Amino acid sequence: MGGLATAVADADAVDAPGPGRRSGMTVDEMRRRARRRHVVGRVVVYAVAVLAALLSAFPFIVEGIVTFKRDQDLYAPGNNPFVYNLDPTTEHLGFLFTETGFLTFVGNTLMVGTVVVAITLLLALPAAYSLARLPLRWSGALGITIFLVYLIPPSLLFVSFSRLVSNLGLQNSRWSLVVLYPTITVPVSVWLLLGFFKSVPRDIEEQAMVDGLSRLAAFWRVAVPLAFPGIVAVVVFAFTLSAHEFLYASAFISSSSEKTVSVGIPTELVLGDVFHWQELQAAALLVALPIAFVFNLLLERFVSGFTMGAVKG
Amino acid sequence: MAVVVEAVGLTKEFPGGHRPAVDHVDLATEEGEYLVLLGPSGCGKTTLLRMIAGLERPTEGEIRIGGDVVNGLPPRARRIAMVFQSYALYPHKTVRQNIEFPLKAERMPTEKRRERAEWAAELLGLTRLLDRRPRQLSGGERQRVALARALVREPSVFLLDEPLSNLDAKLRALARDDLKDFHERVGTTTIYVTHDQVEAMGMGDRIVVMLDGQVRQVGAPQAVYERPADTFVATFLGSPPMNLVARDDVIVGFRPEKALPAEALGGGLDGHLRWTLEVNRIEYLSGDRHLHGVAEGLGKPTPVIVRLPATVLLPIETGTTHDFVVREDDLCWFDAETEQARERPAG
Amino acid sequence: MSVRLADREGLLSRLMLLPAIVYIVALVAVPFVVAIAYSFSDVTAGNPGYDWVGLDNYRDNLEDPVFRRSLWNTFFFTAATVGLTVVFANIVALLLTTDFRGKWPVRFLILLPWTTPAALGAIAWVFMLDSLLSPIDWILWQVGLLEDGRHMVWLGKSGLAKASVIGVQVWRLVPLAAVIIMAGQSAIPDDIHDAAAVDGAGFWRRLWEVTLPLTRPVIAVAVLFGSILTFTDMSVVRVLTNGAPVNQTQVLASWAYVKGIDGGNLAQGAAVAVFLLPLLLAATIAILRAVRRWEVT
Repeated sequence: MGGLATAVADADAVDAPGPGRRSGMTVDEMRRRARRRHVVGRVVVYAVAVLAALLSAFPFIVEGIVTFKRDQDLYAPGNNPFVYNLDPTTEHLGFLFTETGFLTFVGNTLMVGTVVVAITLLLALPAAYSLARLPLRWSGALGITIFLVYLIPPSLLFVSFSRLVSNLGLQNSRWSLVVLYPTITVPVSVWLLLGFFKSVPRDIEEQAMVDGLSRLAAFWRVAVPLAFPGIVAVVVFAFTLSAHEFLYASAFISSSSEKTVSVGIPTELVLGDVFHWQELQAAALLVALPIAFVFNLLLERFVSGFTMGAVKG
Repeated sequence: MAVVVEAVGLTKEFPGGHRPAVDHVDLATEEGEYLVLLGPSGCGKTTLLRMIAGLERPTEGEIRIGGDVVNGLPPRARRIAMVFQSYALYPHKTVRQNIEFPLKAERMPTEKRRERAEWAAELLGLTRLLDRRPRQLSGGERQRVALARALVREPSVFLLDEPLSNLDAKLRALARDDLKDFHERVGTTTIYVTHDQVEAMGMGDRIVVMLDGQVRQVGAPQAVYERPADTFVATFLGSPPMNLVARDDVIVGFRPEKALPAEALGGGLDGHLRWTLEVNRIEYLSGDRHLHGVAEGLGKPTPVIVRLPATVLLPIETGTTHDFVVREDDLCWFDAETEQARERPAG
Repeated sequence: MSVRLADREGLLSRLMLLPAIVYIVALVAVPFVVAIAYSFSDVTAGNPGYDWVGLDNYRDNLEDPVFRRSLWNTFFFTAATVGLTVVFANIVALLLTTDFRGKWPVRFLILLPWTTPAALGAIAWVFMLDSLLSPIDWILWQVGLLEDGRHMVWLGKSGLAKASVIGVQVWRLVPLAAVIIMAGQSAIPDDIHDAAAVDGAGFWRRLWEVTLPLTRPVIAVAVLFGSILTFTDMSVVRVLTNGAPVNQTQVLASWAYVKGIDGGNLAQGAAVAVFLLPLLLAATIAILRAVRRWEVT
């Protein structure tokens, strides 16, 4: 826009106040510009979306491709890594399920996860309710202290745990993880559930007590069902931790029959220096996808749980 | 089944509060009475109710229900029913399950439970809503479900905590009738908490006016309205409130509708007090005229409001001065120092 | 009806809290103190006898160049990771709060790096950065940034290996930070955006003057969680480089593991891990201050 033209347009516009006045354009010009901007905006949104999705998923896409590659294809120098230069094969996938410990790792993870979830709920539900509702003088400070326990680094604790685990006779056993994982899940779950319990209207529990329940029964029969979304969040969190955790699992377990996925896959599918890439990639992908799926279903719930704990804690 | 609820020297102090939320309250209901606790928010009326329910532990004093001291008993052991301001319906249960809940807590057999729930639902016109969930109900329906749930175990006392405040104005008038009608049919002693004087006046057999944790006056609506125990009660009740005019060491008060233009009075002025009003502003409200102005001749010149009924047709203009009278029997007298009601001063 | 335990709130509240407290004291508080006590001793996996050695372990550590590098790396990786994460997470959060077609699959793919166990994400990158098989090298050949047939050897050179560790940490933490920031963005009332639009503010002005300032508290939360998770993580380094080349990429957490578990020297491992505490203490103070501010408002 030339300076002069703008000045003239502005001079005209003084007599005709309207949408065109400010920038010295006619309404039509502005409409066209707005449409152009809108189109550019959409293009940018889709470009960013595709780029972000590709960057995030890049290793997983490669994993998916590699899973079905033949050795001669994968290891030939210069071969395009993103296409099948030779026919794809399910041979390696079959090998993963039949000849490796993969299913054992998955089984161990499910078992550890289930027990950890149970212990976590058993400890965290009453504790969170007590902190959220019952007359306890230091409940606020105590709630924060329990959360701060989460910050104590496992890298320091494992030093003591290695002694503890051997004293309990749990060396090399997945039960050691069942004992240790609640040290991570309980503090976080108490914090999460605290927020959910506080969001249950007090009236409803008091009503239940007037209606003939004891405080304990009001907790169990009214507060717990109403905090159900929080319980789902805790279950998912405690369960996935058993698949995610690496430090304790690799420090205290060495025999392959007791390993969980996050340690079993990177250690057992590599023999010496030889990486069984197809099996490795397939296994990693098979673990990653279901967890991601569950998280996506529950994302909104997590977001709200997070802010609830924060705002109402 | 009508039972008496008594509070003796009942006090509640919350940690950190600068004064007791409820301060040595002595109160007793009469059998089958509809007692209304009225006061501005923060006056302690809800705390008092919650102590009766067993949801708060008194710092001092005794609560008796039907003659038994219930201090220390949990709510479920008190045979009371309570309706909360929010109705506190269990959102995860249907209307039927909500109503059956107190019976289930009593471990009543399923068949009997069903029967009773249906009886309560029928009584409150909820039969066709039994399978809905609370969020599918309107405000008025929710309130009726809360009542049905309160009713179903035949409690000895009903405690209602501002049950109408979540309804819109039209529904509220309707629900008020329903509640009163319901009480007349069941005849159970009811304690009703509200900050709305219209509800209190309209529904209560007796009204308990509270301020700052203390009971200021207990009495039938008419008595409390016409003979307030102190200046707080005088101004809290009535809209517009009682006019108060300082005169020497007393305060004289009269209700806005008790003042009449001197011309409107047929006979002599015997037994009447005469004064003048300088009219500053006139509001025309549902037929009545509210005259805002300054009163002279009663005591110190003081802004007052006079309510002229629609039947008084006398033309009155803003900015003019008129003679008014109040019957001496309609005057209330308060001590200027203590603001408590007192006898009419001699002379 | 009598008063039962189930009615006694004071006692009940303590009883309900007790199991969690006992567990936390027994399995976190006590081990925490014991671990710190170990750092002043000569306890090893093979020889559990406790002999006080004072600050010997700390002196040995401070004289050890690998420890010093680990210490530096820990802070450097954390700062770089968190800085980059916040930038990308804001972009992703803006994207995911915008409406567009196909959002669900995009969101699914974006969240994958976070929902995948860190060790398995790292193993996927071991392949991506492999000295011979790296698909990234192949792409560089195609676009002519790297001579055909030559390799970057990402994990074999100090600088590239460090960059790789940071890259993988950013990759796995961006989704978490984005979700936290999204929570903050969705808490901004629509009215404010509408008002800004009516006031004539364009996208950038709204971003700078409305969205970012209003999400600053949650961005701080994202920084906090990002810092804690990077600072204390050993799995990425352990799986991706295992310290290679020659301990150039070692961090405190992984070095404590090498000393304490691989080497069996629990005392020295503890003395290494104790250096993780100052930052966590700073995080604690930040959280406490934030909590106090929430309580005030």
